[in-house]
Amino acid sequence: MTKRLASCPGDWEHFSHMADIGIRGVGCSIEEAFEQAAMALTAAITEPSKVRCRNSIQLEIQASELETLLFDWLNALIYEMAVRNMLFGHFQLHIDDCHLQAQAWGERVDRYRHQPAVEVKGATYTELRVANEEGVWIAQCIVDV
Amino acid sequence: MDINDLKQSSKYSWQLDPRGHMRVPVVIYGDYDLVAAMDDKVLKQATNVAALPGIVTASYAMPDAHWGYGFPIGGVAAFDADQGGVVSAGGVGFDISCGVRTLRTGLKVADLELNKRILANALYEEIPVGVGSTGRIRLDDAQMDAMLAGGAQWAVAQGWGSAADLERIEEHGTMRDALPNEVSARAKTRQRSEMGTLGSGNHYLEIQEVSEVYDQRTAEVFGLHTGDIVVTIHCGSRGLGHQIGTEHLRDMAQAAHRHGIDLPDRELACAPIHSAQGRGYLGAMRAAINCALANREIITHLTRQVFARVLPDAQLELLYDVSHNTCKLEQHAVNGEIRQLYVHRKGATRAFGPGHPELPAVFRDVGQPVLIGGSMGTASHVLAGNAGNDALSFASACHGAGRSMSRRRATKTWRGREVIDELEERGIIVRSPSMRGIAEEAPDAYKDVDAVVNAADRAGLARKVARVIPLVCIKG
Repeated sequence: MTKRLASCPGDWEHFSHMADIGIRGVGCSIEEAFEQAAMALTAAITEPSKVRCRNSIQLEIQASELETLLFDWLNALIYEMAVRNMLFGHFQLHIDDCHLQAQAWGERVDRYRHQPAVEVKGATYTELRVANEEGVWIAQCIVDV
Repeated sequence: MDINDLKQSSKYSWQLDPRGHMRVPVVIYGDYDLVAAMDDKVLKQATNVAALPGIVTASYAMPDAHWGYGFPIGGVAAFDADQGGVVSAGGVGFDISCGVRTLRTGLKVADLELNKRILANALYEEIPVGVGSTGRIRLDDAQMDAMLAGGAQWAVAQGWGSAADLERIEEHGTMRDALPNEVSARAKTRQRSEMGTLGSGNHYLEIQEVSEVYDQRTAEVFGLHTGDIVVTIHCGSRGLGHQIGTEHLRDMAQAAHRHGIDLPDRELACAPIHSAQGRGYLGAMRAAINCALANREIITHLTRQVFARVLPDAQLELLYDVSHNTCKLEQHAVNGEIRQLYVHRKGATRAFGPGHPELPAVFRDVGQPVLIGGSMGTASHVLAGNAGNDALSFASACHGAGRSMSRRRATKTWRGREVIDELEERGIIVRSPSMRGIAEEAPDAYKDVDAVVNAADRAGLARKVARVIPLVCIKG
């Protein structure tokens, strides 16, 4: 569930918060870091490898700066998971100047196969950070569960 | 946290005097061990709250305080609208009006013994619980708005609940001045299939036994005796509240500078109470309170149906229903002057003392029941609001045990199956769709609820009335 980060290509991990869960994606590009942050979001709920890519949805988000874009991206996924009763296990993104276009693949929640641990209520501003550190993009925040 | 940073003002009260941008002191309640064990970030967050415009008297942290987002969990702060005071989406949190209600059953432990497992299975079957569960109630647009305006009163009028419950719910079952038209279409869509669902995480339905009574007179008024069986439900405003929290947090964080508010942490997102944004949030947040009250009333109705089938002698009567993530307009005495204040309680329970005019007649002499949920497998407590706590914490007390270990560490420490087997050996039946969820909620991942409650009692916030222990736990 919690992975050790490889430097590049993309990867994700969880970091500690007392009541909730920190999610972090890293990648060679900002798109990859956002994709991996979304994988970390799914991993807060279930083992991502258990999620089959049966259906996909498309999302388009515009924000004023990158951290708000990450906040909006994760909250858009949380909303889609809730109203479609789905989990997502694969993501493809294109980000152009704080404009995000994405496709997310997944399937309906299967309580027995996915064993979902928690329902994510929302992505928060706490520990919210999008940064390029020595050529590696990091996208992270705490999610409320 | 480094307790040396604080001035001890009594055995159970610790203070940080204003410095820097702080407008008021921080006051933390707890014994030495509880306060010393709190994360440094609790003090940092309480200090940030103390710097918000219009804050009155102090930024408080209850004995179960832990690192939240924006406000600490266990944070209490009151604001005066006429002195530039703010309302904060971060100060209420995502799970608006998350709360606890306890029902008496009229049963004793012996009445349950033969049917305990049947009852556990039937409750697990009947009450939607966990990620992806959906309720049977579907509301059209008009019904959704009626629910958001009416709360538990609406649920009772629909036949989901009992009219006798209403006076035993804060706000008598309906939060006034809710504005359903301030609730976004997305928030309403997110709620469509979630009416009457328990949720997941630390939300639960438990069958419990009253194991100890500390205050006979008050317990008598509350109708609690040693060996009684009670049912406790812990859940909130579901997807609707989460979506309102998310949207308003974002909007308030973005607009703060327009209101001349300098946010030390974006999560403290707030707006002046006297602003269109502040009024809009208050209206939507109050609608979410009604959603939570309706939700707990519907779950109560489902619970009663199960008991009627399995144990028809049971009479489920509501003891009380409290919410612990709210902002409410209340009247409080500040230095002898009565003022109207917007009191934020984030992971804190209202605890009106004896004689408070908002309380139903039955509780007028003893104070409001304060229901404190423990972790799965550990005790919960019933307390009563204390006379004089208005001056201590705007009549607030703790709300639960509070986590002592992150979810991540908990899943590395325990396996869900082992936790369930261990609890089963102690006579506690757990039903949950998620083994990982059980590991994350393992009893030892939480602080000692008894220590938290003792500190609340000794600090004078609320007094101990009875302790209850779990027999059956339905967990999301």
